[in-house]
Amino acid sequence: MSANTHAVDAKTAWGGGGKAPFGMSYGKMMMWFFLVSDALTFAGFLASYGFMRHRFYDIWPSAENVFTHFPFMHGDHPLIYVALMTFILIMSSVTMVLAVEAGHRMDKKGVSFWMGMTIIGGLIFVGSQAWEWYHFIHGTEWGAIEMGVGNFTMPDGSVKQTSGLMARWANETKDILALPWKDLSGEYIKVSGTQVAEIVNNGKEVFGANMVRNEYGHPLFANFFFFITGFHGTHVFSGVVLNFIIFLNVLKGTYQKRGHYEMVEKVGLYWHFVDLVWVFVFTFFYLV
Amino acid sequence: MIHSENEHYEFAVHHSEEDGKKVRKMIWNIFWVLLGITALEVMLGIFWKSWGLNWGLIKTTFIFLTLLKAYFIVAYYMHMRDEVKSFIFTVIVPYSIFVIYTVLILINEALALFDFDALYR
Repeated sequence: MSANTHAVDAKTAWGGGGKAPFGMSYGKMMMWFFLVSDALTFAGFLASYGFMRHRFYDIWPSAENVFTHFPFMHGDHPLIYVALMTFILIMSSVTMVLAVEAGHRMDKKGVSFWMGMTIIGGLIFVGSQAWEWYHFIHGTEWGAIEMGVGNFTMPDGSVKQTSGLMARWANETKDILALPWKDLSGEYIKVSGTQVAEIVNNGKEVFGANMVRNEYGHPLFANFFFFITGFHGTHVFSGVVLNFIIFLNVLKGTYQKRGHYEMVEKVGLYWHFVDLVWVFVFTFFYLV
Repeated sequence: MIHSENEHYEFAVHHSEEDGKKVRKMIWNIFWVLLGITALEVMLGIFWKSWGLNWGLIKTTFIFLTLLKAYFIVAYYMHMRDEVKSFIFTVIVPYSIFVIYTVLILINEALALFDFDALYR
């Protein structure tokens, strides 16, 4: 450590005596506190998702029946695409932490290379999310039937109101409908014949999802999907912007002159946080 | 590099070429752990039915694996392990208390409302 570094530190941080709370620099500590507050926001979103899901747990759609697309492939591929997105984000976390490591060795070339890779990873992730949104909003080619006012008698004899609930087509020829409720074995209850005609006549065809109607099931599922993945996507996007600004500074040699790459560490903390949130969104929105 | 309240704090936590090699090895090791956990989660998500496993068990496993992944990211990639203990507790303890309380109370209320609906439907 050169004497020069200490002079810079004393001027720009806590100042006075060279002592610091928790032995940390001011910027890093404030980044941690910001991340705590941001993590509280995301915890609030996911907890309220859990609230609505358990409140309507008998008619809540299961994500494996919603996100089944994969680019350039036909058919049913549940979870595979979102697993790929998770992989991309973890990978960009690795490149970020490698950039921080290169910063500790004052390796300007290494920092700029790994930061560049992180930015590319982030952009691919945002693009993937846009693709996922497009398919969710667009819906399936079959569509679904929003059931009208009426009652349905369950196999166990209980009567359910149907108003506003979604019945999804269970086969290609569109003569079997899967109702939103499950039987004891965990399969969706299916109806055919005259009951299908009744539901179609009494109901309304719906394609895709928006804030009011959702082909895949409960409209709140769509609302939470847009809100949580949208808020996370905004974080990824702003993370890419921040990374890009720091990347330009690295190329200009700002941190080389300053004698340390702490700025890369701070922006790295934010980037890892974005990855961390996605780990939870992946579990609670797609897996569970 | 471990920080300490008794020593002068530094922005410039430099390490040598040999230390760098060790750090990079740790980074890639953690990467394989994270990748392995994610692959396991996806496998369980796709095959749990055909493997004849119980959903409640799968759900608990998912949550446990997620927390494990979160631990590795925060401790190793965000270098939380290198901070002083008092700082780690300052971040983790209040957050955990608040979030665990929120989740438990909301799930509990949601199930009560579900039963309430069933009564009057």
